Amino acid sequence: MGRVAFSSVTKRFGDVTAVDDLTLEVRDREFLVLLGPSGCGKSTALRMVAGLDAPTEGFIEIGDRPVNDVEAKDRDVAMVFQSYALYPHMTVRRNIEFPLRSRKVAKAERDKLVADAAGILGLAPLLERRPAQLSGGQRQRVALARAIVRRPQAFLMDEPLSNLDAKLRTQTRAELVELHRRLEATVIYVTHDQVEAMTMGDRIAILDEGVLQQVGAPQEVYDRPANLFVARFVGNPPMNTVGGQVVRDGAERHVALPGGDVPLPPAQAKAIDRVALQSVVVGFRPEHVTVGVDGPLAATVTVIESLGHERHLVCRLTDGQMVIARQPADGPAPDVEREVRLGVDDGRLHVFDPLTEERLDR
Amino acid sequence: MRGTALRPRRYSRRVREAGLGYLLLAPSIAVFAVFIFYPFFKNFYLGLYRNPFFPGQPRRWVGFEQYSDVLTSSEFAKSVRITVLFALYTVPLGIALGLALALAAHQRLRGIAIYRTIFSSTIATSVAVASVIFGTLLNPRVGLLPWIGLESTPPILENPTWALLAVSVTTIWQNLGLSFILMSAGLQAIPDDLLEAAHVDGAGAWSRFRNVTLPLLSPTIFFAVIVGSIFAFQSFGQIDLLTRGGPLGDETNVLTYFIYRQLRGTEQVPDEGVAAVLAIALFAITLLLTVIQIRVLERRVFYGR
Amino acid sequence: MAVDQAAGRDFWSAGDRSRASRPPGSGRASRVLKTAGRYALLTVLAAIVLFPIYIAIVNALLKPDQIAGEPPTFVPTDPQWHTFPDAWDGGHLGVYLRNSAIVTAFITLGQVVTAILAAYAFAFLEFPFKRTLFVTFLATLMVPFEVTIVTNLATVDSFGWLNTYQGLAVPFLATGFGAFLLRQAFLQVPRDLQDAAAMDGYGHLRFLTRVAVPLARPAVAALAVFSFLGAWNQYLWPLLVTEDDRLRTVQIGLKQLRQTSLDQVNVTFAGVLIAAAPLAILLIVFQKQLVRGLTAGAVKG
Repeated sequence: MGRVAFSSVTKRFGDVTAVDDLTLEVRDREFLVLLGPSGCGKSTALRMVAGLDAPTEGFIEIGDRPVNDVEAKDRDVAMVFQSYALYPHMTVRRNIEFPLRSRKVAKAERDKLVADAAGILGLAPLLERRPAQLSGGQRQRVALARAIVRRPQAFLMDEPLSNLDAKLRTQTRAELVELHRRLEATVIYVTHDQVEAMTMGDRIAILDEGVLQQVGAPQEVYDRPANLFVARFVGNPPMNTVGGQVVRDGAERHVALPGGDVPLPPAQAKAIDRVALQSVVVGFRPEHVTVGVDGPLAATVTVIESLGHERHLVCRLTDGQMVIARQPADGPAPDVEREVRLGVDDGRLHVFDPLTEERLDR
Repeated sequence: MRGTALRPRRYSRRVREAGLGYLLLAPSIAVFAVFIFYPFFKNFYLGLYRNPFFPGQPRRWVGFEQYSDVLTSSEFAKSVRITVLFALYTVPLGIALGLALALAAHQRLRGIAIYRTIFSSTIATSVAVASVIFGTLLNPRVGLLPWIGLESTPPILENPTWALLAVSVTTIWQNLGLSFILMSAGLQAIPDDLLEAAHVDGAGAWSRFRNVTLPLLSPTIFFAVIVGSIFAFQSFGQIDLLTRGGPLGDETNVLTYFIYRQLRGTEQVPDEGVAAVLAIALFAITLLLTVIQIRVLERRVFYGR
Repeated sequence: MAVDQAAGRDFWSAGDRSRASRPPGSGRASRVLKTAGRYALLTVLAAIVLFPIYIAIVNALLKPDQIAGEPPTFVPTDPQWHTFPDAWDGGHLGVYLRNSAIVTAFITLGQVVTAILAAYAFAFLEFPFKRTLFVTFLATLMVPFEVTIVTNLATVDSFGWLNTYQGLAVPFLATGFGAFLLRQAFLQVPRDLQDAAAMDGYGHLRFLTRVAVPLARPAVAALAVFSFLGAWNQYLWPLLVTEDDRLRTVQIGLKQLRQTSLDQVNVTFAGVLIAAAPLAILLIVFQKQLVRGLTAGAVKG
């Protein structure tokens, strides 16, 4: 079974807490993405699964057994490093073969497994070359081949695409997803790139400063971010967040934002009442903003970014805050410095507690 | 008007730059010319003369006869043998020990810096310091060795069989600091993630060493062997302080000491001609050895990333 | 020179990272045992390396008969502190240290200055035969010292420089290695800086002193340490050139001391320690530069 589980895992380096009480289960054959900004602890968490660092507290399970006391070389995992970590003095063949030689696999078997791995990744013509003679993309594939050659329980990948150029990245993304399907293996994938996370993961686990913020399927994380951090981190352009006062008008609830009052749907109104908040932070994604002549919020269009298939309208609210709206690029664009009215699509308003930064209607 | 006005200026700027270049090189070149190149070439010439038995009399021209006399003499052959032996004793072991220390100190332990300072400390011991310490330690009157059980009659430094070994041990100890620093620097150039990858790939400590560390360390080791051999061939101080070429005559008479004896004369009268020939021989042998080492070893060195 | 700079910067701290952690072993208890074992090994190695120095310190403080005794004494119970002033006075160590200091300073300064000048010429100026001249500089590294002794002795004698500071120092005032090292460093000064300086009207001298040397400071410091060590450690040349006590350097002086204190081995040891002390102190202070200087050629091959 390729299940990996973190149970209250904490990792401290001196005074710095890199991972704080992480409890997370990666299901067998799942592609789980650990997403977060630099320094959020995702790489540290990965290294603990690999066995390169030991947890300060808590334990990690691979399969069904706790592996805290098992050395890296005895865990049945493979790792793809950000720098690929190819052995520069060995040929591609020897690089791929290395994990098998370490485990004393017989030569005939080794050759077959290496040929298989090389075949899957299209490396057959490159087997006798050295890493220095390969392109970045080819090196990455060698790193992958080395990882898959012994069919471990789990694959650990540490930002494997970050050293590739944009075009190659997109292409390799798709290939990795297909590889995962083909291998039917568990993959734990670390990245800071939310596009990778969204497109590749079965589930995404978002970390910030060592603390798990939310874990869920990409769409779920996108549609219902658990807190402001996730809301702002996932999605490009990022979600607009504006703070405002709660206005109680009989049974209705509005939020007074700069430039107008925005009505709150009942579910969120109830949540606000439950906690008796006076002020909230509302969030709405750029694609859910309507720009027109009627709508609750007054704003001025300042910059129009044209991307070909869509436009981004950067609008200034009455208090100077900026809000981004996305529109498809058909129809005329509004004039710059034109006053417009913004609205938010029904049911697309997110409400957060300004203090705890958490979503209110969980 | 522009053409004629500018051209003389541009011309003299290049000349000025060249002049400045030569001026800046002049001090170095002057020293090199007088104290390195001139003696180097004159040395060949000096070898053609033999000094007379009695000082004060002019040198005698003997031509290349002196070259062949000296180079085919049995003393020369023995001296070469001893020099090579000395290098063989000190270079490989010195590198291996330096590497061992470097590996031991290459761990992430608290306070490792202290150990690293200690391991490099012998670099602060000059040749005289190391030799005098060991010379006294190995002296029979200091009773240290007999206590360990390494007694010998005659005592080590006066023992024809063991004297060269004793000098070698002193040399190895003296060079430990340098060897350690060199190997440590080499170890540090090996990226951590390569060793981590090997670890995750299932390689144990020895396998990681043999398959990753050692190959990537090969340029450093190569450099250490070449430079170490050259230094070994030019060792002098330890010999002079510990055994004076002896103990009985020439058991530790490495080429440098042989040359010294010709210049300052112990039993024989000083003979510059012979010294000159020996010096050329030393140069030639060192050069040859270096070239051989480069040819043979460089194939097994892995460069580049 | 990027690699050797890294070696110098991280050398003493690599391994002692406060972010260090223990990779999993096999049980907490055995992990502690493993760490203890590592420290034990390190301590044993350190003891072996330091043993001769330790013995020297101990023996400097013992009485001569204690030293010769069996089993040897490892801890002085009656420290003979007088051996140190004895060594200093009787062994003229003050004079020798002064001589060594003067000659070494002379040589180090000379080498650094001539290397800076030569490297500047090779790195920033154009002139005919530049390449040939550079090869000549490198060729000096191939010529072993012994080949030059005889003639140099005669030359120095003809200048009247036997048994003088000049005689000890002048033959070593230039260094091919130094020129090579600093040329590498100077070549790394970005082209833009040179252009900017030219536009600002910097003459060569100003560029050298205000831009090139400051930027190449690590290499210059490394060269200084390297030259210093080489000069301080010289043995054969001082042996041949100095004839009396006034000019002896400390290396030859130690030889002298050993001869004159044959019966007082403890004084000899004290002298050795005194002679070693300045170098030890300097090296502790200039550790980083030392490492850079020595590894300048090694890591990249």
